[in-house]
Amino acid sequence: MTYSAGYGDPESGGPATAWRDGWPVYDRSGTVCVIGAGPSGLTAMKNLKEQGFGVDCYERDTSVGGAWNWRHDRSPVYASTHLISSKPFSQFPDFPMPDSWPDYPKHSQVLEYLEHYADHFDLKPHIWFGTEVVKVEPAEGERWDVTTRSTGGYGGERIHRYAAVVIANGHNWSPKRPEYEGLEDFRGEVIHAAQFKDAAQLRNKKVLVIGAGNTGCDIAVEAAQQAARCWHSTRRGYWYTPKYTLGRPADQVNDLMLWLKLPLRARQFLAHRTLKSTVGDLTRFGLPQPDHKIYETHTIVNSQLIYYLGHGAVSPVPDVARFHRNSVELKGGEVIEPDLVVLATGYHPSFDFIDGNLLGVDAHGRPRLAMHAFPKRQPTLAVAGLLQPDSGLFPLVHWQMVAFARMLRVREAAPAKAVAVQRKLEAELDRRWITAKVKDSTRHWFEISHTTYLKAIQRLLDELSLEGAK
Amino acid sequence: MKVLRAREWAFPIAPVRREVRRATPEVDEGKPPVLFVPGFGHGAWVFAEHWLEHTADRGFPAYAVSLRGHGDSAKAPKATLRAYAHDVAQVAASLPRRAVIVGHGAGALVAAHALARYPARAAVLLSPVFGGAGTALRNPMLSLPALFGGGLRLPAGQLFSRELPTSASRGYAARLGRASTRAQWQLLRGRAPQPPVGDPPVLVVGSPDDRIVSDTALRRVARGYGGAPLLFPGMGHDLMLDTRWREPIDAILDWLEKSA
Ligand SMILES: Cc1cc2nc3c(=O)[nH]c(=O)nc-3n(C[C@H](O)[C@H](O)[C@H](O)COP(=O)(O)OP(=O)(O)OC[C@H]3O[C@@H](n4cnc5c(N)ncnc54)[C@H](O)[C@@H]3O)c2cc1C
Ligand SMILES: NC(=O)c1ccc[n+]([C@@H]2O[C@H](COP(=O)([O-])OP(=O)(O)OC[C@H]3O[C@@H](n4cnc5c(N)ncnc54)[C@H](OP(=O)(O)O)[C@@H]3O)[C@@H](O)[C@H]2O)c1
Repeated sequence: MTYSAGYGDPESGGPATAWRDGWPVYDRSGTVCVIGAGPSGLTAMKNLKEQGFGVDCYERDTSVGGAWNWRHDRSPVYASTHLISSKPFSQFPDFPMPDSWPDYPKHSQVLEYLEHYADHFDLKPHIWFGTEVVKVEPAEGERWDVTTRSTGGYGGERIHRYAAVVIANGHNWSPKRPEYEGLEDFRGEVIHAAQFKDAAQLRNKKVLVIGAGNTGCDIAVEAAQQAARCWHSTRRGYWYTPKYTLGRPADQVNDLMLWLKLPLRARQFLAHRTLKSTVGDLTRFGLPQPDHKIYETHTIVNSQLIYYLGHGAVSPVPDVARFHRNSVELKGGEVIEPDLVVLATGYHPSFDFIDGNLLGVDAHGRPRLAMHAFPKRQPTLAVAGLLQPDSGLFPLVHWQMVAFARMLRVREAAPAKAVAVQRKLEAELDRRWITAKVKDSTRHWFEISHTTYLKAIQRLLDELSLEGAK
Repeated sequence: MKVLRAREWAFPIAPVRREVRRATPEVDEGKPPVLFVPGFGHGAWVFAEHWLEHTADRGFPAYAVSLRGHGDSAKAPKATLRAYAHDVAQVAASLPRRAVIVGHGAGALVAAHALARYPARAAVLLSPVFGGAGTALRNPMLSLPALFGGGLRLPAGQLFSRELPTSASRGYAARLGRASTRAQWQLLRGRAPQPPVGDPPVLVVGSPDDRIVSDTALRRVARGYGGAPLLFPGMGHDLMLDTRWREPIDAILDWLEKSA
């Protein structure tokens, strides 16, 4: 094991150089700490290394891949998951997925890709697996004390001091569970989508799926094929985008329109027209009319749901009013009797290892971050991948981390410039990176348009260019 | 660095079958893989002749790709420079470790484009043909047909030094193919590649007696990457096939051992 910066490796300890509440603190000097080895953590490590930083990564699971490691207890991915973003949007911009893979790779391929990325850039020697971060606290000189212990709490805690910290802990593992009257007395089985792994769980059951994010729609499609009956409850109407339009992956068509610089309204018009001529009028199936324009809610990409609605294998129903002992009452009065209820109601971000004030976390648990990544007055702290894009996440988080690594470099090489850039970022703390007026919901506060966001990153990278500064 | 690439995303490069030749060292010493990229009209075979084995003998896993439409890769009469660069990035990213990219002739320009899309550990540009008006003016008889859709002509006399026996040089010349008309046009237009990602060290290698790349052109490319070219006087454009093929590859591998 070699470290390009720092002394004393995190395992053997080396000499303790400071103390915190009576505990020894091992100083890792200029090394940067990365929390989590999912896609965001991996690209953070790779880009920090590339710009000359030492990195230590802590991963509470036993392998890389995060959400894409579907065998991990906390993984939200299920056996049938395929990407919803096509390859050009789903790969790191400097590490293409193989040509031999399909337009929308399967979750196991995504994991293979991430494993290969970690090996190719020699990241694994920097990762401490089975190690959980339990505390991140500020130390003098804008540095950070990171407390870790082995996952599950065996063994003691250790504290290391880092020059900077990247929080890449993911936001799709802590289930968002709605409360319903009568839920505790309901005799049927109730699970959150996070516990759904395999279609066999649905076989021959009467299933109610609640929620029409991408997860809810995927599970409804599975239930249509496996279950004895499937109700799909949504509290509003949505636009269901097929995976292919005009013979190409739908997101590539969208970017074609963006490349042609069509304004949002024109894109919405064209998308509505295309959907009307392919998918048609969804109210025929008993679905509510969308209460918003396309691109105003997080895109649902699903070609099969409409197909199974057409077969009568999925029955659309309205929002749930309350649970009874043996049945579920819907808004509007209808009563159904499912034996399995799947709450596909999404996930909460969770940062329980750090004082929420440092991230500006509000009463709803949402941090206040410039570009959804950079907290106020904490130039050595960044959150990676806390984005809900209208495309794939990987390119976006890659550029976030290129920018953060550069920012740290500029802090050393041209401190005044770093302060100026930080100020500018902070001036846009509440800015949203989307042109469409997104629907107010619990899940859209970090919805972004990839073009708007990448333009902002481009500007940031240009400002951080060191040419002429030295 | 260009972050927004809507056009590239809207029009991904079509996949093709690619020929990749390789030579593996007997023991893995942990040295980085080296990926050779042949120039226009050349296939992976030009490196398989001497350099691949030699590179592997010195402990580096060695690979050579035939750009689409070349060697035993699938035909691609409409290929663009971007498609060629895509071929290089695809092979580089498939290797077990971060690769060194070595491009020859117009393949050096392809490599330079690939460096903007893959963070190579290091790069070597051999007798680089970066195109533009200079290339055409120095080689009017070779480039003129290209302007009218013909192949860039590469006669044996232009590619090899006199030291190479005529039978060998004729044999090699007979195996040459051609790049697509579109890519030739793009080469002559000479749009500069985007800067490399990941800040790799870049070495430029050539010969002052190269009859395709002038000394000035060679120095200009080297200067663009902040250095001076490493020169092998007396050798022809196709360094890897010439009689003294061993000298440049040894110098390149020595440099790699020091800098990558
Ligand atoms: C079903 C499903 C399908 C999806 N499909 C797509 C898609 O098609 N395209 C797309 O771009 N995105 C998709 N996503 C979004 C997906 O979340 C991202 O692709 C990606 O996995 C996010 O990566 P991450 O590294 O930020 O988080 P994660 O993948 O969640 O990784 C976080 C890592 O941090 C570790 N960790 C957390 N807390 C700690 C701690 N305290 N200490 C140590 N380690 C910790 C976790 O163990 C985990 O390994 C999908 C998500 C789901 C749920
Ligand atoms: N195949 C894939 O690649 C794939 C598959 C699944 C998920 N994903 C991604 O993973 C992330 C999470 O997706 P997700 O589908 O799990 O969650 P999500 O996008 O947050 O969707 C949650 C759904 O549940 C509804 N909901 C939330 N709270 C509710 C409540 N109290 N009562 C009734 N309905 C409620 C929401 O309705 P509102 O519209 O009112 O908010 C929404 O329809 C997304 O980024 C998604 O794109 C990708």
